[in-house]
Amino acid sequence: MTDVIDSLVGIAPGSRLDAIRAQRIEARKHAQASYTSLFEPKELGGVSADERHAIAAFVAGLHGEARTDAFYAAKLPANLRTAIAAEVATARTKGPYGHYPKGPLSVEDAPGPTWKVSDAGRTALGTRVSAAFEHTHMLVFHPRDASAPSLQSLLDAGWSTNDIVTISQLVSFLSYQIRVVSGLTVLASTL
Amino acid sequence: MSTDKTLTPPPHTEPVVFTRDMLDWLPWLEPMAEADMTEHHIRSLVDAARVKSPYFRLLARDPDVLEARTRTDKDIFYNPEAGLPRAERELAAAATSRLNGCIYCASVHARFAATYSKRVDDVQRLLDEGVDAKLDERWEAIVAASVALTALPMTFGKEHVERLRTVGLDDAAIADLIGAASFFNWANRLMLSLGVPATQAK
Repeated sequence: MTDVIDSLVGIAPGSRLDAIRAQRIEARKHAQASYTSLFEPKELGGVSADERHAIAAFVAGLHGEARTDAFYAAKLPANLRTAIAAEVATARTKGPYGHYPKGPLSVEDAPGPTWKVSDAGRTALGTRVSAAFEHTHMLVFHPRDASAPSLQSLLDAGWSTNDIVTISQLVSFLSYQIRVVSGLTVLASTL
Repeated sequence: MSTDKTLTPPPHTEPVVFTRDMLDWLPWLEPMAEADMTEHHIRSLVDAARVKSPYFRLLARDPDVLEARTRTDKDIFYNPEAGLPRAERELAAAATSRLNGCIYCASVHARFAATYSKRVDDVQRLLDEGVDAKLDERWEAIVAASVALTALPMTFGKEHVERLRTVGLDDAAIADLIGAASFFNWANRLMLSLGVPATQAK
């Protein structure tokens, strides 16, 4: 099976970067296993394949990593792809921002938007995915603002505790995968 | 279902500064009960001792992802072959956690960075002053690269790679730095969003 990171960076077998990645063979293998477990799991549980790809495409869109974005968006039906692109356009911002627990770090508090899905987006995406997107925006741009009520919003939208663990891993894994792709692409351009 | 609710952590003191002290972590969602864990769940912990950790028992609700995450983590940080010295992989993890604001993750990896480098004062200055702290040229280049990979929009570019080469990192070490900083963008988001750190009773 094609290694997704290799494929997105364009790492050819026998290249310098291929040899470097081969020195961390377990990390390479299990980054791919993480992808497979999230997008081609043995059991989907409460998070459907479209929901998984929609969240991934949204995360990639928020990061502005064009190849990763295209990769996940290609797995979605056109109407969903269009709806996600419209939300990404209003959701992109700078990060990380957010608040610290009150105390000496409060001087570093950096306020920023709590983003909401548009009305049109909510119609196109539905309640569950809309709640997941709002949580995703927080995780991507201001994760230190997370709180128990953020999770309650997901439960209220119909996600289970198990589903929330999967969604949290999905957004967090993408935050890793996109940076590896971006970082290795820069490194490759200097070799 | 009874587990589909948020938890109110027991009375605790939340740390209000970045610290190298040992911290606890209290979940906002119900971890799996040990008694409910199958062999598959236990295997996903990789280290059997992690069954005592509420964080890992919560993540065990999606066991295949947890196992793959953990094995990725271990190779990025523990593989001793070539690349970036362990102390500086930990420095990248601590700097990433400092910027994202994960007090728990920063505490763990600042301890490791201090232990492996013996540069306790520099590590503490990173925690106290943040990612612009004065360190030395090599550490400042590593912190700056971690920041450029972590902040959005990402600004990591050729100039960061050149600066890392100037301070002595080879290609394998730069790839390790990319792995370590990127991985903590994964870890920070789980730790920050699924529960809260707490100071330990002294």
